[in-house]
Amino acid sequence: MTGGALEAHVGVGRRAGFRLDVALSAEPGEIVAIMGSSGAGKSTLLSAIAGLVRLDEGRIVVDGWEVASSRPRRHVPPAQRGVVLLGQEPRLFPHLTARENVAFGPRSRGVARDVARGDADEWLWRVGLPGSGGHRPDELSGGQQQRVAVARALATSPKVLLLDEPLTALDAETAGDLRALLHEQLHATRSTTLLVTHDAVDAAALAQRLVVVEDGAVTQEGTVREVLTTPATRFAAAVAGTNRLVGVARDGGWCARTGDTEIVLRSADSASRAAAREDGTPLAALVRPGAVRIEPVHEESWTGALRLAAQAAPEEGSWLARIVRLEQTPAGARIHTESPAVAVDVSADAVAERGLAAGLPVRLRVAPADVRLVAAG
Amino acid sequence: MSGRREARGFVPPVLAVPAIIGLALLVLPLGALVWRVEWTTLWRDITSPEAVSALVLSLVTGLIATAVCVVLGVPLALVIARSGPRLSAFLRVLVTIPLVLPPMVGGVALLFLLGRTGPLGQVLDEWWGVRIPFTTTAVVLAQAFVALPFLVLALEGAMRTSGVEYERTAATLGARRWTILWRVTLPLAAPGLVAGVILCFARAIGEFGATALFAGNAPGVTQTMPLAIYTAFNGSGVGQGTAVALSLLLLVTAIVVLLLVRAWRPPGRERPDLRIGAAR
Repeated sequence: MTGGALEAHVGVGRRAGFRLDVALSAEPGEIVAIMGSSGAGKSTLLSAIAGLVRLDEGRIVVDGWEVASSRPRRHVPPAQRGVVLLGQEPRLFPHLTARENVAFGPRSRGVARDVARGDADEWLWRVGLPGSGGHRPDELSGGQQQRVAVARALATSPKVLLLDEPLTALDAETAGDLRALLHEQLHATRSTTLLVTHDAVDAAALAQRLVVVEDGAVTQEGTVREVLTTPATRFAAAVAGTNRLVGVARDGGWCARTGDTEIVLRSADSASRAAAREDGTPLAALVRPGAVRIEPVHEESWTGALRLAAQAAPEEGSWLARIVRLEQTPAGARIHTESPAVAVDVSADAVAERGLAAGLPVRLRVAPADVRLVAAG
Repeated sequence: MSGRREARGFVPPVLAVPAIIGLALLVLPLGALVWRVEWTTLWRDITSPEAVSALVLSLVTGLIATAVCVVLGVPLALVIARSGPRLSAFLRVLVTIPLVLPPMVGGVALLFLLGRTGPLGQVLDEWWGVRIPFTTTAVVLAQAFVALPFLVLALEGAMRTSGVEYERTAATLGARRWTILWRVTLPLAAPGLVAGVILCFARAIGEFGATALFAGNAPGVTQTMPLAIYTAFNGSGVGQGTAVALSLLLLVTAIVVLLLVRAWRPPGRERPDLRIGAAR
C-alpha cells in the first residue's frame, strides 16, 4: 500500500500583502518534513494540497493525477483526492466509537460495514489500542485519541498523508510514544507523508527530507541532516539549535562589525577554512549555544564595559555582549545576548553563581574547534 | 458537603422572597387547575366524543406540522448556520419575527395570503379549486407557521457550534457531501434537533390564535384541544369538565415531554439544550 508521488506548486494569496508560493515534491513513500516560523503558511499549504483551500496559482499532482491547477482552473473535491489531513487536534467524530471512526473513511468509499469494522479493529491493534474499538472518543485520553486519528487516517490507504503538527497538543512522554508509532507505521505502510512540525526532533526522527518555509516561500531544502548541519537562515539555525552569525571572510577567518566592535572568529576544520578562502565572500559562522563560554566583565553598566573593552586589545574568538533574556531549558538556562544575537547555554548553578541577569554586560568566548564556517547565500 | 454551600456564592439572601413569589406565579395556577379536576368523571370527560375528536385532531395536525417543520426547517437551519455573518443575522431576524409576533397576527397574515381574495389563495382557487382557510390543512399551516422558528433556531445554534471542522475532516477522509450530512453534520446537531422537534411539537399542539383566525373552530375539522377548551369556557358545545380534563391532558403532555428531554441523551454527548439558539 505504498503512497503515491506528490508534485505540488501552491500559490495562495491569503491576507493582503501576504502570499504563499511554495513548490515541493515527494517520492512515493517518502516522508518530507516542513518547518517554518508561525504564520509562514505551512497549514495553508497542507489545506491547499488536501483541497480545503483553492489554489490561486500553481498545480498539484497526486500519484500522476492533476487534482488542482490554476490554469486551466481545476479543483478536485477533497473527498476524491486520496489525501488525508491529520492536524493537532484528533477531531474524532464524538458521536462514533473508536472503531466506527477508523471505519469511517473506508465506509465512505463503499467498503462493506463488516469488512470496514474488522479492518478498523486491526488498525486499532496496530496503533496499540487493542480492544478499545467500543469506546467513544471522550472515554479516551488525548494520546489515545491521536492514536485513533492516526489509525483513521492510515485506514483510508491515503496516496498522500498530511500531518499538521500531530504531536504539538500532547505532553512530552505521550508525544514520544506517538512519534515512535508514526515512525513504525509510516515506514510499514510506506505512506507518502508531508509532516509539518516545529520540532527538529520530529523531522530528524521521522523524515528523510526537510523543507524550510518562511514568509510564504521555501528558504532551504535538503536532507534533514544537510539542513540541520548547514542552516541557511536564522530560523533554520534556531531549529537546528545553533547560532548563525552572518559576516564576511577575511584572512581565512570570519569577521563582522557590530557598532564599534569587530568580532573575529577562526575555525579549526579544513572545510570551514576552504569556505573562507576568498576575502569578502559572505560567510556564516555556526556556533552551538553549548560551546559558547560566558565570562564576567567587572563592570555593571554597558557603557562602562564598552570603555573597558576599547582599552584592551581586540581578541579573536571573544567579544563583549549584553544579556537580554534568560529562558529555562531542561539542562539549565539559555541566555540570549544581543549585538550580535547569540544564544548561550549554561547550567542553572552558573546563573546563580555569576548573578547572570538581563542587562548585564558579559564577555563571550568561542574556541576555533567549535566554529564552523559556511557560505552565506 | 461544603460544596453545596460554596456554590451559593454571595447572592443577597433577601432575593429569595421575589424568587419564591415568581415561582408561585408559575406553579400556583397549575395547581389550581389540577385541584379543579373532577377525578370521578375524568375518564368519561376525556373519552367524550368532543374531547376525543379534539384530541385526535390535535395529535394528527401537531405531528404533521412537526414533520413539515423538520423537512423545511433542517435545510433552513443549515443555510443560516453556514451563511456569512451578515446574511445569517438577517435570516435569523426573519425567522424570529413569527416567534415574537402575537399568533393572532400570524393568523390574519395567513388569511390575507391564502384567503379567497389573497394573492396566493386566489391562484390556488382559480387554477386548482383549492381553498385552504377553515380546513384541517389550515390548522397544520397555522401550527407550522408558529412552530417552525423554534425548530430552526434551536437547530441552527447547534449546527453553528459544531462548526465545519468535523465536516472538513470527513471530506478529507473521502466522504461526499450527502454522506457528510447524514453521518456527521446531522448526528452532531442531534441535541439541537431533538430539542427543536420537541419544542416545535409542543408549540404546535398548544397553538390557538393563528388557528382560530385562519382555520376557525369547526368541531372535528379544525377544533383542536386549545380551541375546544376555549369553546367550553364560552359556554357552547363542550362541557366545562371536558375543558378541565383536556387542560390537564395538555399539562401532563408538557411534563412528559420535558421528562423525555431530560432523560434522552445522545450517545457520548451532553444533554440536549432546550434554550432557543442555546449554543450561541
